[in-house]
Amino acid sequence: MATEVEKDHLSGVETTGHEWDGLKELNNPLPKWWLYVLYACIAWAVVYWVLYPAWPLGTTYTKGILGYSSRATLFQKMDEARQSQAQYLDAIAKTPLDQLRGNAELLNFSLAGGRTMFNENCVPCHGAGGQGGHGYPNLADDKWMWGGTLADIYQTIQHGIRADDPDTRISQMPRFGADGVLTRPQIDDTAEFVLSLTGTSTDAEAAKRGAVLFAENCVACHGDKGQGTAEVGAPALNDGIWLYGGDKKTVVETITYARGGVMPAWSKRLDDTTIKQLAVYVHELGGGK
Amino acid sequence: MAHQDFHHRIEKNVLLMMVLVLITISIGGLVQIIPLFTIETTIEKVAGVRPYSPLELAGFNIYLREGCYNCHSQQVRPFRDEVERYGHFSLAAESMYDHPFQWGSKRTGPDLARVGGKYSNDWHVQHLIHPQAVVPESVMPRYAFLLEPLKFDDVAEHLKTLKVLGVPYDDDMIANAKADLQAQHNPDGDTEGLLKRYPKAVVAKFSGHADLTEMDALVAYLQMLGTLVKFTDYKPAQLQQ
Ligand code: HEC
Ligand code: HEC
Ligand code: HEC
Repeated sequence: MATEVEKDHLSGVETTGHEWDGLKELNNPLPKWWLYVLYACIAWAVVYWVLYPAWPLGTTYTKGILGYSSRATLFQKMDEARQSQAQYLDAIAKTPLDQLRGNAELLNFSLAGGRTMFNENCVPCHGAGGQGGHGYPNLADDKWMWGGTLADIYQTIQHGIRADDPDTRISQMPRFGADGVLTRPQIDDTAEFVLSLTGTSTDAEAAKRGAVLFAENCVACHGDKGQGTAEVGAPALNDGIWLYGGDKKTVVETITYARGGVMPAWSKRLDDTTIKQLAVYVHELGGGK
Repeated sequence: MAHQDFHHRIEKNVLLMMVLVLITISIGGLVQIIPLFTIETTIEKVAGVRPYSPLELAGFNIYLREGCYNCHSQQVRPFRDEVERYGHFSLAAESMYDHPFQWGSKRTGPDLARVGGKYSNDWHVQHLIHPQAVVPESVMPRYAFLLEPLKFDDVAEHLKTLKVLGVPYDDDMIANAKADLQAQHNPDGDTEGLLKRYPKAVVAKFSGHADLTEMDALVAYLQMLGTLVKFTDYKPAQLQQ
């Protein structure tokens, strides 16, 4: 064990005095660049303590002279973003829905904003171009279950369909088979009549019997020619556009168990100007009325 | 030199070395951790956050078991792009009853912290069974096997365990755990007690099956995510940490 400084005789460098089996550790100084970086970091830390939130003090902490907070910064950024669009957003908020399309500038702004919000919120159900899917209606055509005016679309988006919202659009087709209103053969006949509305029935006799049952059970909602009723969201059955499917098996299933598609209400998630923009976008997407 | 003697003693005594290393590292950790417990604003004071209902808790456990956190975060960060896409940024208060927390660090799929109420139950079930059926370009795996019956005989034990960890489940909640779990799957039944204990719980036959499935539990959990705090009640200044 060395008690005084010893120099390695080959390199002339001091040793640390540690020795293992004759091997000695040299006491080379730290590289200068490394040491200065370390000092710079320490100096930076001291500056940071002064400028930014840093030291805990019991129930609180030093806030730093810049008063930085990521949340406050966010609120400020959101405010700035809103300010930069304020002329449009305020105008959209003030303009009645049916006049939005009359103003080219507001129309363009709404279409762009509506598209962005549509892609984020609606595409997973209604498809990339609003083309729909099984159980999710096509929004890019000019057929509407719940009405295709701007006001109708706006209401649908705001309050949803069969959604958790006191003003939601709601209606329920009866479960004709499951609840025993119609027998299985009667359901078959009615289905044949439904198919005959689009010329795909293969059994004219059954369709004729079905016409009577349809008049008794279905016209109140689907209309006397199967043209549908927007007030109760009953789709047209005579236009060849199917939400769930127009083959016999699916139609029988629909009549037996009924359907009840749910569209969420968006007024809880999105603000009113956004919903207006979405309504304008969806209206433009399909042949709005 | 005395300090060299000291060095020698540490280097030659493994136990002493370990104790000293442990002390050194703990100081580093404690300096960061203890203040979070003493600083009053770490967890924001907001109303509405409650422990998971028994069915949601079962769903949480399935979320954990399936490793959904490997692809989904549950943390909307306070940046404009995230807030505009997902909704209000997440509060510490909103995950204070998560054991373990599900903040995640990978977003192969979108953040789920505010997914509650965004979709219908039907959509969630279709999506979990076969994601590509509703989102054609999705790379999310299929979870059709979640239509298995849910095992929930031990649900009260889960509540008790979490209570030990500080989640405020009271005796009433523990005594009714199994009944509450079943009640949340029965919209035609009596849900008064359930909704009193767990306000805003979504009651439904989530997957449409008569018997409780794992799918029901998972969807019940997804449908409550991010829905408990009513943000319109708070001014920005009240949400500072
Ligand atoms: C969870 C899936 C889902 C999401 C997300 C969704 N919708 Fe829907 N939407 C539906 C379903 C299902 C229907 C049809 C309901 C029915 O069967 O009556 C519908 C119907 C509609 C209708 C009425 C169509 C008609 O023919 O009258 C409009 C308009 C609409 N959605 C717009 C939107 C917009 C805009 C968004 C995004 C903000 C959106 N939807 C998001 C499921 C969804
Ligand atoms: C109380 C009103 C009501 C009555 C009565 C009613 N329906 Fe419906 N029907 C609806 C509604 C609403 C829908 C749409 C369900 C949805 O959007 O999920 C629908 C959907 C359908 C569909 C699915 C259409 C598609 O595009 O896939 C068929 C087929 C149908 N009804 C046939 C019938 C027949 C046949 C009867 C009579 C036996 C009948 N409905 C009686 C309200 C009604
Ligand atoms: C391999 C990665 C991966 C895993 C594992 C995964 N997901 Fe996903 N998830 C995705 C992707 C990618 C999307 C976006 C496309 C889509 O909607 O399917 C997504 C979308 C979602 C969405 C819709 C979110 C929104 O806002 O549109 C939900 C809900 C969801 N996943 C739940 C889950 C659950 C629950 C699990 C575990 C059982 C899970 N995911 C596991 C990749 C994953």
